[in-house]
Formats: sequence, structure tokens, C-alpha cells
Amino acid sequence: MAPVLYKRYRENFGWIAVTFPLYMFFSFLSRYPRIAAGESVRESLPWVPSLGINLSFLLDGLSLSFALIITLVGAAVFLFAGAYMKGYRDAGRFYLYIGVFMTSMLGLVLSDNMLLLFVFWELTSFSSYLLIGFNHHKESSRKSALQALLVTGGGGLALLAGILLLGSVTGTYEISSFYDMNRLITSHALYPAIVVLLLLGAFTKSAQFPFHFWLPNAMEAPTPVSAYLHSATMVKAGVYLIARLNHEIGGTPLWQDTVLITGAVTMLFTATLAFRQTDLKKLLAYSTLSVLGTLVMLLGIGSELAIKAFFIYLIAHSLYKGTLFLVAGTLDHETGTRDIGKLGGLRKAMPITATTAALASFSMMGVIPLIGFIGKETVYKAILELDRWGLVLIAAAVLANAFIVMVTLLVGVRPFFGKLRQTPKQAHEAPLKMLIGPALLATLGLLLGLFPDFFISNMLEQSARSILSEELSLKIVLWHGVNLVLILSFLTLLLGALLYALRPIVLQQFRFPTLPAFLKPSAWYETALKGMLSFAKLQTRILQNGYLRNYTIVIVIAALIPASFALYRAAEELSIVPDYSITFYEAALGFIIIVATGLLITSTSRLKSIVSLGVMGFSIGIIFVLYSAPDVALTTFAIETLNVILFVLVLQKLPKFLKRSRSSNRIRDAVIASSVGVFMTLVVLFATSFELSTELKNYFAAASLPEGKGLNVVNVILVDFRALDTLGEITVLAIAAIGVLAMLKTATGRRAQP
Amino acid sequence: MNSVILATASRYLLTLILMFSVFMLLRGHNEPGGGFVGGLVAAAAFALYFIANGLDAARSILRVDPLRAAVLGLLLSFLSTVPSLVSGQPFMTALWIDTGIASIGKVGTPLLFDFGVYFLVLGITLTIIFALAEEECSL
Repeated sequence: MAPVLYKRYRENFGWIAVTFPLYMFFSFLSRYPRIAAGESVRESLPWVPSLGINLSFLLDGLSLSFALIITLVGAAVFLFAGAYMKGYRDAGRFYLYIGVFMTSMLGLVLSDNMLLLFVFWELTSFSSYLLIGFNHHKESSRKSALQALLVTGGGGLALLAGILLLGSVTGTYEISSFYDMNRLITSHALYPAIVVLLLLGAFTKSAQFPFHFWLPNAMEAPTPVSAYLHSATMVKAGVYLIARLNHEIGGTPLWQDTVLITGAVTMLFTATLAFRQTDLKKLLAYSTLSVLGTLVMLLGIGSELAIKAFFIYLIAHSLYKGTLFLVAGTLDHETGTRDIGKLGGLRKAMPITATTAALASFSMMGVIPLIGFIGKETVYKAILELDRWGLVLIAAAVLANAFIVMVTLLVGVRPFFGKLRQTPKQAHEAPLKMLIGPALLATLGLLLGLFPDFFISNMLEQSARSILSEELSLKIVLWHGVNLVLILSFLTLLLGALLYALRPIVLQQFRFPTLPAFLKPSAWYETALKGMLSFAKLQTRILQNGYLRNYTIVIVIAALIPASFALYRAAEELSIVPDYSITFYEAALGFIIIVATGLLITSTSRLKSIVSLGVMGFSIGIIFVLYSAPDVALTTFAIETLNVILFVLVLQKLPKFLKRSRSSNRIRDAVIASSVGVFMTLVVLFATSFELSTELKNYFAAASLPEGKGLNVVNVILVDFRALDTLGEITVLAIAAIGVLAMLKTATGRRAQP
Repeated sequence: MNSVILATASRYLLTLILMFSVFMLLRGHNEPGGGFVGGLVAAAAFALYFIANGLDAARSILRVDPLRAAVLGLLLSFLSTVPSLVSGQPFMTALWIDTGIASIGKVGTPLLFDFGVYFLVLGITLTIIFALAEEECSL
């Protein structure tokens, strides 16, 4: 619907679009008191009950916090995009994609069924693909989009496998039913496989090392997309999954250590990668990666304090990173460049943007009194609690955060201060629509920092309950007094400033050695992709060489060999009951068919072969009539008639009827054809010797009138009892027709232009 | 083909065969017939008309692009699954309304489904036949 609406209200579409996420936000917010009181809302609707797939949704603390983030940032982004996307072609389509994304992301965090979650999971990957590749005329866009899709999609397959294993262990797919099954799951033999598969899915989605490379490349997307999908929401889906399942399948060294180490490595490694970047969005992307690593690491620690830190950090990050991305988008839009070397002194030209950016930056650096400060404090505290690894991790965390501070200074501060530089476009303040969203998010960051108890505390308790089992009482306060953590915070800021100051010198003086290719995860991806493509090509060359007769031979042989093997194995139990009663009609028809076949094989003209084929077809149709299968007979007649028409149409076009095949080929064909014939005859003979199972037949015959309201059993089966099969078949038919049409049209087209 | 007799006859035959095909479709529920055969018969009717009067005439008498008819058919079949979804029963449960009128009898979602099959088969067959015929003309 969005593209249609967009065309009508081109100018003000941002205002209309924003009502959608805003409405959702407030309706989620209205549930807040109930959730905060410890209730949870669960809705369930059977969908495919036989497979255990239900449309069940659960709103508890964890999903509510995510839902609020999704809708709030969504509102900001929708409004922002209204102005930002004005110059783009197909901006209406953009709203469609991002609407699909928001809906599926909400579905993901709300669904209480693992398979449903998987469906939404894939939908977010898919809409992310469309959005990254939105500028589809650029090759780099397409490539990045494909990369993101393949990485997250591959992870999605692992996730599906993990979900299926989990389902087979527990016998259910409902997440809320797993809640008490921790012991059952962790002691099961399949447990390691489940953990590895699920984590693979989560790590690819949340771009953890070594799958981090797709995220910076995904910055090809329009900025609102980066702000929304690739910092605030979608990449947190993996984190969400780990958090959601932590109680159910966590608690073992395997789970905790894997999560902890992967998170820590990602946190530090990706933060250092940010050092050399000069593009606003890439800088932000690397810092996002580092934050995602931190979040995963916190889940790996899994203590009360770590979970608390996880939530505050999660909310803080969504607020400030969304803001900064939008600010980066504003800068790009108003100045025409994203290179930090070319930006500076914009404070006067864009005062509101500058203020917004400053607020978000302070939050990101962890300066009092913003929520980012509380977030970082709690993270440090959680790490310091650890007895094992504590020292190493705290050093890593401080270093990673120092890099983030550097990024913030580069992105949020530097463009606005210092000397005014010449930019491709004359800089001026952004339109209102581009200001409201980021300003709102940034202000919220400040408010939550000043009054943390007001909103987050209650929420945190409920959310934490979904992750850990015990009740927590979490109080957040802004000011803890001077202690080790505060000192660490200052140390971080100092280090960050130092890095910022040293950066130009280091980049000038020091040549970074280029890494050998085999050390880069992105190179592994390239190699794997190339290998897959060449394998596919090889396979296609062998199996699909364009000759229809080869296809037929392959298909027939592939079916014949295993089937005849099965027949051979079962042959001892089978017997042929001879039945020599034969009527005159049957004998006559048999004779006609044999004569027609003989003519077909020996004929030297196409017309003759077609006529003899038709004779065979009609004779077979008569046999159906004789054996009281009028439906089949009718259809056979109709098809034979149309077949003849089709043959007449193509007849003139075919090359002259020559013996095009060599005699060796003809012998091979004859052998294959007759073995199929013999096989089918045997099967039919054996089959008639069985007493046919009458149960099914009787059921259909009896149920046809009362349940299907029809007397013709065959037809009732087709359109009622097995209607789903028929639906599938006609869909395939339609697709086949489109294929035929396309083939014919291209063939005609090619001939038309020599 | 330039046969006056065939061209004249086909005009009447088209109507007759089409009526017959609908008859096949409708009676399918209680006696041999159904959407698939009905669709094939209808396609044969148009094919006959095309042989007698040429491609353009056949296209114009069909009015719509055959591929559209096929898509319409598919859509109808899918639509027939909607009522069961809306009313909260398992997917594709057949629903019937007894109209109470003797000559109409009961109307239900399977009928809609069968109509979908009818149009789909008709559309696909004609799509292929017309496409082949077009290619022939272009030579």
C-alpha cells in the first residue's frame, strides 16, 4: 500500500508514514504497566498444527523492550526518510520494504514459536537484502546486498537446523514450553550440535567475528536503513536470540564460554578496525560491531549484573547509534560528502544537528549524565565481578571503548567544530523532518540518564526474568561516587582522546601492512562463493546440456534404477496372479495400440508418427472408458485433441524428418525405453495381485456426499479432500506456462533480430 | 486455413463448446467432469476458432490475454481458501452455503476452487497454443 500512498502524498509522506510505528509504539507502551507488574501476554492461533507451527506471540519484558526500541527508532527513521529519500527514485518502494522489515522484526521478537521466529528471521534478512541493494544500479550495492544475504541466510539455515534439533529433543516448538526444560536439553546427546547451530545463526545475524565483514559493507544502503536495520534493530536479532534462549539452553560452559569469547574478540577486534576508516558510516558501523560484541560478551558472562548491563547498554546503544547514523545521513544529505576529512566547522550552519550530535556523542562516549554513562559503568562493573578472565576482559573492554570514543569524536564532534571546510554542497540546516527523529532519540537518551528509575528499572526486572530464572531487584542510579569503575571511565575517555589526537600522525607515518588474504574472513567468503559458483557451473554443464533427449534419459534412468532395485528386493513376496479372461474389445484395442506403436517406430514422416501417437492416445482413453474411469478418459480425450493441435502448429517448423540419431544411439534409446516398459508391466502385474486396500476407497466413497457434498468421488477428492495438492499442482502449471512463454518469446525475439 | 464452412461453423461451435465446457465444469461435482476437463474443452473451443479464423480473430474473441486468465484462475483458487482462514477453521476446509433455490442448489468454496482450475487450464493451454502460433506467423 505504501507505494500507492506515496504517489499521492509525495511531499508529506514522511508525516503519514510515521503514524504507523508511532501507533505501534504507543500501543506497546500502553501494555507497559501490565508487563512491569510481572504479567505476560500470550496469544496463540493454530496455523499448521500437524507440524507444531502455531502463530503464537508472547509479550514479556524482554520482547517488550525490543518492541519499544523497534517502534521508536522506526518512527524516527520513517520521518527522517521522508526528507532524506526525496531525491531517490522508487522512494515509495523504500517504504514498502522498510515497513515489511519493521513488521517482521516485531514478529521476530514477539513470536513464541521457534519456527515462526525463523520465518520472521528470514523475512528480516530478505528485506535487509532489498534495502541494502536499494541503489540497485550500483554494482557495489548489489554485491554488498548479496553478501549480507548469503551470510545471514547461511546462518539462518544453521538456525533452522538447530531449531529442528531442539524441537526433536523437547517435542515442542513453543518457546514458553522450553522454559523449564533446561536440564533435559543440556544433558541430551544432541546438545553440542544444537548450541553450535543456534549460535551460528545468531552470530551471523549479529555480525560477530568472523562473520563481521558483511556489516560495514552493508553501509551501501541508504542511511535511514543503516540507522534502523544495521545498528538499532536487525543486527540485534542474534543478540535477542541468545538472550531469549539463555535460560533454556544456557548455563553450560560450552554455551557461556563460546558466547563470551566470541563477544570479547568481536568487541576488541572490530573496534581496532575502525581506526583507519574515514567514512562517517563505516566508522559508525565498526563501532556498532564492537558494541554488538560487548552485548554478546555480557550475555556470555551471564551474571545478574551482566544482564543488567546488557539491557541498559542495549537501550542506550539503540538511542545514540540511531541518532548518530541519522546525523551522518543529515550531513551527507546537506553537504554531499561523508568523508570526515572534508567536514568541519558546521556548528554555525547546522546548530540543531550539532546539538543533537553532541548529545548522542556524549552518550556514546559515556559522559555523565547520559544513559550511555550508566551503560558503560555497569558493563565495567559486570566485568570486574568476574574472577576468571576479569583482568584481560576489562583491559579489552577499556581499549575497545577508547576506540569507540575516538569514533565518536570523529563522527559526532569533529564535523561541527574547527575551521569551516568547503563541502560539495553549501551546508545549511536540515529540514524539520530530518531533525525531529534524531533530536527525539538523543533527548530520550538524556532523560533516561537523568531519571533511570522512572522507566527502565521495572522493565529490567521483567526482562531479566526471561533470561535468568531468579528474580532480580535491579536499581539503577546515575552516580555511584568515585570508585574504580569511575576511574576506568575516565581512563577510557582519556585514551579515546589520545587515540583521536594520535590518529592523523599514525596514519601518516605508519604504513599498515596489508594482511595476507587467507587471514581475512571476507576473503574466505569470496573463495567460498567462487567455489560454489564454479561447482554449480560444472554441475549445470554435465546435467543440463540443452538436449531434451538427454534430460529424458537422465530422468528415466534415475527413476528406473532405484525403483527396479526395490522391486527386485521385494520380488520374493510378490506373485503374479494370471488372469486370462479377455474380451473382444480389449483384444482389438490392444492390437490397435501395438500396430500404432510399430508404425510410430518405423515411420519416416512426422505426420505419420503424430497420427499414430494420437491413435495410441485415443485407444488408451477407450480402455479407461471400458474400465469405468470416465473422468480419466474424458481428460485423456481432451488432452489428445489439444496435443494434435499443438503438433500441427509446430510441425512446419521442425527440421526435415531425417535419421538424425546414429544407430548406436537408437539402440541405447530402445534399450532404455523397453526396460522402462518391462518394468512398468511388472509393477502393474504385481500390483494387481495384491488385495487393494479398500479402506481409503471406502472412506472417500462414504464421505464424499456428506462431507464433500458431491457424488463424483474423483472430483470431490480433487477439489475438497486433497485440494491443497491440486492447488500446488495448478501453481506449478502456471509457472510452467510462464516458462514456456518466456522460452518461446526469447526464441522468437532472437530470430527477429539477426 | 481458408474454409468458409469451417469459419462459419466455428462461430456457432465456439458458443456451443464453451457452453458444454461450463456444463462439464458444473456437473463435475456429481458426474464425470470438473474444472480440469472443462478448461481443456474450452481451450479446444478457442483452438478450433483459431484454426478456422486465424490468430487475431481468436485473440479478439477471447478479449483477455490468456496468461491473465491463467493468473485469474490461480487467484480464484487461492481466494477459495480464504473463507476457511477467516472463519478460523483449518486451512482449506470446504464451506458450503445452501441457497435453497432448486436450480442452483448448494454453492461452496470447492466450486470457486474448480472455477479457478477451469480458468487456469484454459489460460495455460491457450497461452502455449497462441505463443506457438505467433511464432509460426512470424516466420
